Amino acid sequence: MAVYRGFSVTGQFKKRLGAVAAAALSFVPVVAWAQETAPVESGSQPLPGEYALQRSVTPIMDSIVAFHNGILLWMCGLIVALVLGLIIVVAVRFNAKANPVPSKTTHNTLVEILWTVLPIIVLIVIAIPSFGVLSDQLTTPDGQRKYLGHDIFSFGDVDVPAPGLTVKATGNQWYWNYEYVDQGKAFDSNILGEPKDGYVQAVKPGQPRLLAVDNELVVPVDTTVRVQVTADPSGVIHAFAVPSFGIKIDAVPGRLNETWFNSRETGIFYGQCSELCGKDHAFMPIAVRVVTKDEFTAFMAAFESSGDYAVANATLAAVK
Amino acid sequence: MADTTHLEAHATGHDGAASHDHHTPTGWRRYVYSTNHKDIGVMYLVFAIIAGIVGGLLSGFMRMELQEPGIQIFNGLASMVYGINGDPSIDAGKHMYNVFTTAHALIMIFFMVMPATVGGFGNYFAPLMIGAPDTAFPRINNIAFWLLPPAFILLLMSFFFAGPDGANMNGTGGGWTIYPPLSTTGQPGPAMDFAILALHVAGISSILGAINLITTIFNMRAPGMTIHKMPLFVWSILVTAFLLLLALPVLAGGITMLLTDRNCGTAFFKSDQGGDPVLFQHLFWFFGHPEVYIMILPGFGIVSHIISTFSRKPVFGYLAMAYAMVAIGFVGFVVWAHHMYTTGLSLDVQRYFVAATMVIAVPTGVKIFSWIATMWGGSITFKTPMLWAIGFIFLFTVGGVTGVVLANAGADRVLHDTYYVVAHFHYVLSLGAVFSIFAGWYYWFPKMFGYMYKETLGKIHFWSMFIGVNLVFFPQHFLGLAGMPRRYIDYPDAFGMWNRVSSIGYYITFVSMLIFFYATWEAFRAKRPAGDSPWGDGATTLEWTLSSPPPFHQFSTLPKIDSTNVH
Repeated sequence: MAVYRGFSVTGQFKKRLGAVAAAALSFVPVVAWAQETAPVESGSQPLPGEYALQRSVTPIMDSIVAFHNGILLWMCGLIVALVLGLIIVVAVRFNAKANPVPSKTTHNTLVEILWTVLPIIVLIVIAIPSFGVLSDQLTTPDGQRKYLGHDIFSFGDVDVPAPGLTVKATGNQWYWNYEYVDQGKAFDSNILGEPKDGYVQAVKPGQPRLLAVDNELVVPVDTTVRVQVTADPSGVIHAFAVPSFGIKIDAVPGRLNETWFNSRETGIFYGQCSELCGKDHAFMPIAVRVVTKDEFTAFMAAFESSGDYAVANATLAAVK
Repeated sequence: MADTTHLEAHATGHDGAASHDHHTPTGWRRYVYSTNHKDIGVMYLVFAIIAGIVGGLLSGFMRMELQEPGIQIFNGLASMVYGINGDPSIDAGKHMYNVFTTAHALIMIFFMVMPATVGGFGNYFAPLMIGAPDTAFPRINNIAFWLLPPAFILLLMSFFFAGPDGANMNGTGGGWTIYPPLSTTGQPGPAMDFAILALHVAGISSILGAINLITTIFNMRAPGMTIHKMPLFVWSILVTAFLLLLALPVLAGGITMLLTDRNCGTAFFKSDQGGDPVLFQHLFWFFGHPEVYIMILPGFGIVSHIISTFSRKPVFGYLAMAYAMVAIGFVGFVVWAHHMYTTGLSLDVQRYFVAATMVIAVPTGVKIFSWIATMWGGSITFKTPMLWAIGFIFLFTVGGVTGVVLANAGADRVLHDTYYVVAHFHYVLSLGAVFSIFAGWYYWFPKMFGYMYKETLGKIHFWSMFIGVNLVFFPQHFLGLAGMPRRYIDYPDAFGMWNRVSSIGYYITFVSMLIFFYATWEAFRAKRPAGDSPWGDGATTLEWTLSSPPPFHQFSTLPKIDSTNVH
């Protein structure tokens, strides 16, 4: 129940403006449903028939989920309901049978001012958390700055450590290359399975078709990972995205973009290339395997001594 | 006064037609050489219907492909086209899918919606509504239309030329946004050049049309029709024409740079030679965002008239409605980078574009509420055009609120380039703009052709399409939230359920379109005379003072607009 965890963090929470959002959030049936059906095993991928945002495992995605489900979804629902309700009222009260003589009213200064000012107020209420959520995403932690997490109306109460690992993701047609920048170790990550009879067959049992890769990007849990994203200099634009981390950034030839995440859970988290890059755009998934810090130390030691990803990967438990 | 105007215009209209009979060309000359805004308008509409059929069928193949996980349709198509089997046909099919998505978008935007709204209804009704005998530059009007078929043919030809390197890779699969390097080094074959030239020619057509309409509206209004008495549809066409005039040259510049990057060794967008691929995105969206308002603004105008006519009530807040469109058009030029939140824009830049984008919601809200206020207190009859107009208001609201969601860069982070975006822009365009086109079609059909369509068929068309398109696009919100990226021929199995629902919606929409064609055919066959003003006293604009169809030349004696409210 990740969504609720944040609301019980502090006793003074209810005093904040965020209480409104919290109350709203806890009644969103969509969220509740999505939480109940979340898999007990670790990691995240889209679930069959899912109709909500994927499960969050980072402070950034926490704030996006709170912002979307707590504010934006309500804004959408209420405005659509208002307009639909007004249309129904009009259809019932002012059809030709019910109201044979039309009025000639064409102006009403008060309502015109109201329907200009009220939307502005709604937009301001949206904009306040929006800027906070956005600023968090684009500010790489330095260890001092506080992040919003679930509580998007706060001034930030989540500590995030400064980056402990830097990886560089390079988009190629059509696979990703990952480099542990400080360790100078790189490897390619390709989709698992070959096209056969119009179907890319998954070859690791239990791993999702079109999402599983041969070599996952391995990172430690509870560690801020700086992700530098670029593309093959002679290639095309791709985009690196992992929904559960709340990150998406374009891989542009000749540019080095940066984003970051800090996962609180271990497991494999999947994403897909999110900028049209040609024929196999749908077939260059992103898989990030978050392991414990000890596991990562062993993995990296083996990678650095052998230089071989396969040897390093063998130090980790086999993927079930 | 309204009655006098009616009789006067009616009489002069017929007189004019009679005295100019020897000028009325016949046969193919009437259309190919046409300088008559009404004939040209009808040609635009016919062109839009043909292009719409092509674009709609392309999306049918896409929905069939996406109905189930895996690749099952496009490998077969590739087999038929190239005579190959097995893995090569799957590879060719993957590219062909991208070709279809690209062509679907370009056709629907440049060859369906724009010709229908600006070219068709704009050409036909803007001069009628301002009491003008024709447009200011009838010959420019002719060439503006006749540039479109060659542009369309260029785009269709691109299907048959090589796109990316490799065998069996015909057509341009770079998406309608044609971002380099995928549209330069990524697709070196001539297909992309054909597509770029198609856009150039279509762009010239639109710019010429815009010049003609702006000049007409500024200079040829009937005596007494001040700018603040112009019908809202004319306002919408005026704003749209300005957007076209200012936005399309930027696109033309951008795609010319693309062309020279591809063929002349320049490096505007080549990062390894000092250029920047993101520059193209800025240029493209500086055109691309006004473009979405180009598609929807005429719809705003059409819907205003229909709501007013069938409520038997003048438009509520006329000036606010007119200037809301001006405001939307103006702000629409300064929000382009909200399409680029993931390209690596700095925090301050993203903050600005979030704020500027959300501002657009205010004038849009004014319009939605003013339409409802127009109906409030009215005496409403729910004829077919009214159903489409009310459907438009509701569906445009749904697309509008998801637009506010996407305007927030923080939330867009997870929604960018997913099916949520696809759902959003189809709600405002495929449901919004297209519903306004059908509203206008049924509203003005009796005026344009003199025949009345069958009301029952129109209503069946509306309800079946309403159900169909909602079934297509509403589940795509869920797919986008769950993370399904756009422009994917195949998707993880978890997305199967909503994709199947979406495809079923397409089939319903397809049947609905068959009903539309039948209803149109039936109206022409039954030849029920419509009468000059079939919608009663709610219809107050000048086109209803003329015969149905209007005479070949109208308003030989200009109608005089008195000081009473005519909008």
